[in-house]
Amino acid sequence: MAGDTHVDGNALGGMLLEVFGREMTDAQGCCAACGSVHAIGAMIVYRGPGDVMRCPTCDNVVVVATTIREQIRVHLAGVRWLEPGTET
Amino acid sequence: MAGTAVLRRLTWAIAEVVDRLDETPRVRSLTFDVPGWPGHLPGQHIDVRLTAEDGYQAQRSYSIATPADGTRVTSTVERLEDGEVSTYLTDVLEIGDRIELRGPIGGYFVWEPSRGGPLGLIGGGSGVAPLMAMLRARVAAGSDVPVRMLCSWRTAEDVIYADELAAIARDADGVSITHTLTRSAPDGWSGRRGRVDREALSQLAWPPEQQPLTYVCGPTGFVEAVASALVDLGHDPRRILTERFGPTGG
Repeated sequence: MAGDTHVDGNALGGMLLEVFGREMTDAQGCCAACGSVHAIGAMIVYRGPGDVMRCPTCDNVVVVATTIREQIRVHLAGVRWLEPGTET
Repeated sequence: MAGTAVLRRLTWAIAEVVDRLDETPRVRSLTFDVPGWPGHLPGQHIDVRLTAEDGYQAQRSYSIATPADGTRVTSTVERLEDGEVSTYLTDVLEIGDRIELRGPIGGYFVWEPSRGGPLGLIGGGSGVAPLMAMLRARVAAGSDVPVRMLCSWRTAEDVIYADELAAIARDADGVSITHTLTRSAPDGWSGRRGRVDREALSQLAWPPEQQPLTYVCGPTGFVEAVASALVDLGHDPRRILTERFGPTGG
């Protein structure tokens, strides 16, 4: 366990809903490094000036989100694919 | 609507405080009336935003503790000593005051009776709040999904929803609720003592053979210890849903 300062993808639900226009915590995401698939809500999240989402299997950075002068930018280089859930 | 993805704009609403209830000296439930609220599922949360006169903003997420009830939303807020937002919500905000919030948010850590069970609810401290929304929804719907709930508190003074949980355990068929205290227990304490460890889970959680759906919420260390003990006991990781509140559980 890497300390207890982190939260999880549930905490980024509002920001992701703002960006994607739909609920995203139940979306499945595939880690570009190890190929494992997890719900966004189950990803590990470190909050700070930017929010860093890591794969719970291999710790690879899957998503980084920053807000600069009220502009959100979501970096997705660590995600192989995202698949939204079936519920709204 | 299952199977449809409706694009949704998440906008900040001005909500009015219509009720507040002291659950413990450090925990207060606040009920908001939110114009245009679309309803929500148990387990979802709201984001609350405070703006200072100089424009500085602070934002936090709080679980909703009640099932859908028109435009009413209740959150249970734990007061953190150095909390920018929680101290305002618990110490300053009064009935009739207005505040900015948005939601509902969340599609992973949610449960409704149609998802079935058996349902395991395991909460640490104020992490019990979203589980309470699930339990209240199960009772309100007259669902027969069997429930085992395990709530971990530091001391007896920290127990929230105590009377309501006792009434549900007494009156609802198929619901068992156990409280455990991790720091100190008063004389005559009839609940359990000690942490939610592997032994406690092997006695009080559903056996893995019954393929339960288990929701775990609370401080990060608590959630990860419980989830890994459940996996060790043979539970399917895909049927363990987790929500981590961070180091302090608020």
